[in-house]
Amino acid sequence: MDNADNPKPQRSRAAKWTRRGFIGAGVLTGGALLIGVGVRPGNPVGKLGPIVANGEGEQLINSWLKIDANNVATAIVPHCEMGQGAHSALAQMLADELDADWSMVRVMQAPADGNYIVTDTARLFVAPGTVDAPDWLEPTWNGLFTNIGRLADAMITGGSSSVRSTGQHTMRIAGAAARHMLVAAAAKSWGVPASEITTANSMLSHAASGKSAPYAEFAAAAAEQDMPQTPPLKQPKAYRLMGTDAPRLDIPSKVDGSASFGIDAVVPDQQLSYAAVRRVPVPGTRVTSMKAEQAEGMPGVLQILNMGDFIAVVADGYWQAQQALNLITAEYSEPESTIRTSDDQYARFTAALDEAGDDGGDKAASNGDAVEAFGSAATKVEVEYRAPYLAHSPLEPMNATVWVRDGKCDVWTSTQVPLMARTAAAKATGLSTDDVTIHHPLLGGGFGRRLETDYVTMAARIGAATGYPVKMIWSREEDTQKGLFRCADISRFKGGLDQNGKLVAYNNVFTQRHDPPGSFDCAFYDIPNKSIRVAEAELLLPFASLRSVDHGQQGFFIESFIDEAAGAAGKDPVEFRLGMLGQSPRHKAVLEKVAAMADWGNTPEGHGKGVALVESFGTIVAEVVEVDMTSGSPRLVTVWCAADPGFAVNPDGFRNQMEGGIVYGLTAALYGEISLKDGAVEQSNFHDYKMLRMNECPAIAVEIINGDHVTLGGAGEPGLPPVAPALANAIFAATGKRLREMPFAKQFA
Amino acid sequence: MVSFTINGKPTTVEADSATPILWVIREKLGMTGTKFGCGIAQCGACTVHLDGQPIRSCSTPVSEAEGKAITTIEGIAGPDGELSRIQQAWISEQVPQCGYCQSGQIMAATALLRDNPRPTDEQIDAAMSGNICRCGTYVRIRRAIKVAAGIEPTSTEEAA
Repeated sequence: MDNADNPKPQRSRAAKWTRRGFIGAGVLTGGALLIGVGVRPGNPVGKLGPIVANGEGEQLINSWLKIDANNVATAIVPHCEMGQGAHSALAQMLADELDADWSMVRVMQAPADGNYIVTDTARLFVAPGTVDAPDWLEPTWNGLFTNIGRLADAMITGGSSSVRSTGQHTMRIAGAAARHMLVAAAAKSWGVPASEITTANSMLSHAASGKSAPYAEFAAAAAEQDMPQTPPLKQPKAYRLMGTDAPRLDIPSKVDGSASFGIDAVVPDQQLSYAAVRRVPVPGTRVTSMKAEQAEGMPGVLQILNMGDFIAVVADGYWQAQQALNLITAEYSEPESTIRTSDDQYARFTAALDEAGDDGGDKAASNGDAVEAFGSAATKVEVEYRAPYLAHSPLEPMNATVWVRDGKCDVWTSTQVPLMARTAAAKATGLSTDDVTIHHPLLGGGFGRRLETDYVTMAARIGAATGYPVKMIWSREEDTQKGLFRCADISRFKGGLDQNGKLVAYNNVFTQRHDPPGSFDCAFYDIPNKSIRVAEAELLLPFASLRSVDHGQQGFFIESFIDEAAGAAGKDPVEFRLGMLGQSPRHKAVLEKVAAMADWGNTPEGHGKGVALVESFGTIVAEVVEVDMTSGSPRLVTVWCAADPGFAVNPDGFRNQMEGGIVYGLTAALYGEISLKDGAVEQSNFHDYKMLRMNECPAIAVEIINGDHVTLGGAGEPGLPPVAPALANAIFAATGKRLREMPFAKQFA
Repeated sequence: MVSFTINGKPTTVEADSATPILWVIREKLGMTGTKFGCGIAQCGACTVHLDGQPIRSCSTPVSEAEGKAITTIEGIAGPDGELSRIQQAWISEQVPQCGYCQSGQIMAATALLRDNPRPTDEQIDAAMSGNICRCGTYVRIRRAIKVAAGIEPTSTEEAA
């Protein structure tokens, strides 16, 4: 907890609300009282109450909070829970401002309803610049949100943004406003000044009169109070829950089998049928013919559908459906692209980079004159790195359950974008979005894959064809081969060092730019002449953001290059980086911290230590990897991680995310490769698209620096980018072998 | 017709004898704590116990369960609902992220500690390496197994 004594003042974002945005109270059926809230004009009372506060004695204090007769406060969270801990962290933020007892706090997934679009998030994604958007959100998210008309669908979980946007700007304000209203209600009832009432552990107290009451007693009366326009938010010193390891609320259900994921959906009072699917093997092609006679005779088979871009078998059970599907043969149209192999794909990149040369392509960032500085440099480093396509491979395969009947459509699915899923299902079925209901439970991993709705569209088309409830499940093979992918990429560097070993020229060109903006840069390093350019080239496989998005490959490219530059300068990798961090004290502190944690400079015989430093999604992360090369191939020993997110709302949850990001990144570094043959993906399942396993997992130590206490950095993604370059740099330190292509393991086979 | 006990309860189901146990449990019996991950015994999300032995239910035909006892994640708490030591350790160490693999992880760890109450790191590796966690919670799984076994964690395994 550094700098706790000198926090910057916090400004409530509620100042931007209009009075019209606050909704009056209304009594709902069943006696529950709903008080509207507001972060937008219009009255959601009638619509939200029956959906989110229909339990016995529940009182909706505002859109984001209800309190029941037992004094249980439930935070209604508009983001999905896919393991990143957002449900609990957001509840924790609301509960802190509310002065709630954590053991009496629950969380509820907000429904897929336009009223639960978080205005901030929507603006951040759709109309950057209208609020204080973090710069990573500009200008688009995967190119999807350029159209302001899509505002209505911007109920999104991604970009490591839940805590730092919705948490900061909605949940805290909702909690603070509710606390203010409870105090006002008690003050009126007790006939005492509101300023004399204190709150703690979901209780109101008045010391002078000895009166006290649980929040529940005044929930209804609170609803009648004016909504404060600018509820004061706590200063860090007053936090009671934020900054603590409050236990996550979703974990108990995840140890006894009761947690429900999309794939576990049941359709009440209905018998489910199951669909297995096979998409065309090469993107953009079509099924031209299908032989299904054998499959038709298989037990339990109900329908066989040739949908043009995929084939589906619907049966009594999923296994029966998949067995029948395996018997179907098909022919496909010729693909438009001439890319057939990974070599073809890399040749496209190489051609684009050759054409861009030293000064071509689109300028992404520049300062000074990198071409001139390179020309006159004392020492030159010219290197090229490459990264392959990757599949997300959440352990829950893509799936969706759909029931289309009587002009209505219900969809049960794991999704990061429930309203986009609704739109996708509406388009696929020809219904209006008002006639589509999305049920979205927990996600068995997302990693960006579930920002896409292709699988929802497929299930909805199947559901429209059957008219009865169908659960579509992709096989692991389908999930690995036929979806959307992290792009492959090549990046070239020309670096120049002066006679003192200072990096004075940095000329970089690469082929893939998606998100987040600035992920191609390392602006925290002081480099006087820099040119960063992108030379776009065709991708065969369709793109989807994968955990940390462009930072995944860019972290590897940039921090490998910096290490090579350090080597060319004859300097220690940590010392070399520290020498460029004069203007970046927080980055410097993070790097110094990880070097101390890792006992940098001392390495056992046959082992190597490598370091990397990346800032992504608002969090600065440095990692040191120790690798044992004594057997001739890499064995991971320890990863040390120092991270500065500004302030960690739940330090243990933050550490868990760093650990997870590191393991996800190590899988990519050692094994991750989706390669092409005949235009199709070669890998199919976990035997040839390998994941890091328990016996390969290093020890991981994480330390958090709360660097400024005001800005909140992301947690879900920033742990990933430094680990691949740190590992490559460690292998170099141990062996002198420089790895310039991911993945690494096969290069030691 | 196949007959077995599931979590102690005698059960008879109508199913093609080649159907994997996983789909019988999930679709016929409506018990969804056991998960589908890969279908080829590579990931361990479907791990259940058959007569006490951990098996990959996605690749084991239900005919093999005839006359035997199946235990799933729903059946490892005590009769009064008290969570097992392993389940409790999973909570105290805050292991799960998405949670999808954790039923299988807990079933694998349960079999490990029953047969070997104080496993070494190598024995933990051997017992747990068939179970993939895509969220990457291995460090915490190892720590939770040690907590449940009453083994002191090493310095890098201690919760900071």
